[in-house]
Amino acid sequence: MKKTKESEDWRFKIANREALIGVGLALFNFVWWFGFAYGLGSRPVEEYTYVFGLPSWFFYSCVVGFVTTVILVILVVRFFFKEVPFTEEEDEQ
Amino acid sequence: MNWSVMIPMLGFLLIIFFIGIWASRKNAASGDSFIQDYFLGGRELGGFVLAMTMVATYGSASSFLGGPGTAYTMGFGWVLLAMSQVVTGYFVLMILGKKFAILARRYKAITLVDFLKMRYRSTAVVILSAFAIIVFLFSAMAAQWIGGARLVESLTGISYNGALFIFAVSVLVYVTIGGFRAVAVTDAVQGAAMVVGTFVLLVAVIIAGGGIPNIIGDLISENPNLVTPFGNEGNLSKAYVSSFWILVGVGVVGLPQIAVRSMAYKSSAGMHRALIIGTIVTGIIMLNMHLIGVFARPIMPGIEVGDTVIPLISMEVLPPWLAGIVLAAPLAAIMSTVDSLLILVSSTVVKDVYLNYIKPDATIKAVKRASFGVTAVLGIIVYMLALNPPDLLIFLNLFAFGGLEAAFIWPIVMGLYWKYSNKYGAIASMITGITSYIALHFYNEAYGNLLGVHTVALPVLLSFIAFVVFSLVIGRKAHSFEEEWKELKQEALGK
Repeated sequence: MKKTKESEDWRFKIANREALIGVGLALFNFVWWFGFAYGLGSRPVEEYTYVFGLPSWFFYSCVVGFVTTVILVILVVRFFFKEVPFTEEEDEQ
Repeated sequence: MNWSVMIPMLGFLLIIFFIGIWASRKNAASGDSFIQDYFLGGRELGGFVLAMTMVATYGSASSFLGGPGTAYTMGFGWVLLAMSQVVTGYFVLMILGKKFAILARRYKAITLVDFLKMRYRSTAVVILSAFAIIVFLFSAMAAQWIGGARLVESLTGISYNGALFIFAVSVLVYVTIGGFRAVAVTDAVQGAAMVVGTFVLLVAVIIAGGGIPNIIGDLISENPNLVTPFGNEGNLSKAYVSSFWILVGVGVVGLPQIAVRSMAYKSSAGMHRALIIGTIVTGIIMLNMHLIGVFARPIMPGIEVGDTVIPLISMEVLPPWLAGIVLAAPLAAIMSTVDSLLILVSSTVVKDVYLNYIKPDATIKAVKRASFGVTAVLGIIVYMLALNPPDLLIFLNLFAFGGLEAAFIWPIVMGLYWKYSNKYGAIASMITGITSYIALHFYNEAYGNLLGVHTVALPVLLSFIAFVVFSLVIGRKAHSFEEEWKELKQEALGK
């Protein structure tokens, strides 16, 4: 068991970490989307507030939520994702 | 015939032809790696093309016609639901990501089935997955052809059969000639057309409606439910809307036509760029198109058929020539989905069935002939079916997305990240996924949605349980990619 751990391809460790980041990001994305939509949108329509003419639940959940997701994706890719070669180094033909 | 709409659209189709022919020249240059080139574009896609081909493949008739049409009826609740698709922009590439790319190269995998075959080393897995792809995606493709032809019909006034013919010829010519690279490159052009088209149309609709506050006011005075997250009749529940995160969000990892794109890119830098571009483009298209659907309601009330909302509103608020260009976007979306599916189904037939079981020692020339031939024949069959669609086709199409997701998501994801994954788990998971999806579909139709969620949610859970249980109970063994790689290298040397 220990042996397989040690000899694991270094690129796979990076891949595993990035996959976990993907799951985390999707969870965050979901919570934001769900929280604003139903948190602000469950009131009676007469009590709605509006941002740029759009209902505030929609604006924060879908518009701001989308922009936030894009910013997070950019930051995560920039600071946490590592470039790796896809072909094998030791070519022993 | 409406020439002022037709001319820009024909211009668009000509550009696509041109690109197909150009890409095929590149194809011809590289001789012996023909299969990899034709079906995977030589694994050379850069970031922009990769992102666009994923978005364009995924964004089909439903994102441009069906989805906005439903938003027109249901209001903002459906836009909220549609926005769950933004996650696909980054999730698929982050999850499959580098590990899939590396392993696909080690396995020399061209198709998703190749990957599964090497990972699980099981004939049953190959046959099951090839069968699922051919049946489900073939039906999905035929349904898209019908949508494409209807769109051309409604825009130009030519008959359905005539429209179908134009559509079929344009798709077939460049898929047959250009292969995967032509498809991916034209996807990029089509994706760009989609983004620009949605912005133009959204702005025109807002102006025609007298500004956003005015439109919202009209919607509230018609039916206040239209601006809530709960749908026009208050029947979009939290659980139901959230379950679309599986169907059109994270579950997309399991769609073969998307997964295969995750092995086609050149480098990790390209993949990083694609993550960002893909998220932005998906979000913009989904947000704009569905908002257009809702905003169209006060401007053109009383549209009965949802699919016609976008064509009608475009011709209403835009000058004809511009409507022609903008409406090229949904046509682009449908065509790019169709051509990707066509190439995927034919790669399954040629690579996974013909080369695996019928003629493993086929010469390059024979493979070439088979690839062109199968692609063309499949296209002609779809054309014949779409002329007079049989009920079975419509029926199978209903299962296409959810059924494929339930079948493939765990064999792919667990095969990558869980060392105890084995063929028994994969087989059990695929069978459980497909059968429980079909069974639940009938249950939900008869009695309403079980637990209030979309049909896809429970089969995905069940196929996960089946995967884990069968992998642990039968033939439990930790899989080492490193040992597997040593064996693969030795096999290669042995030859």
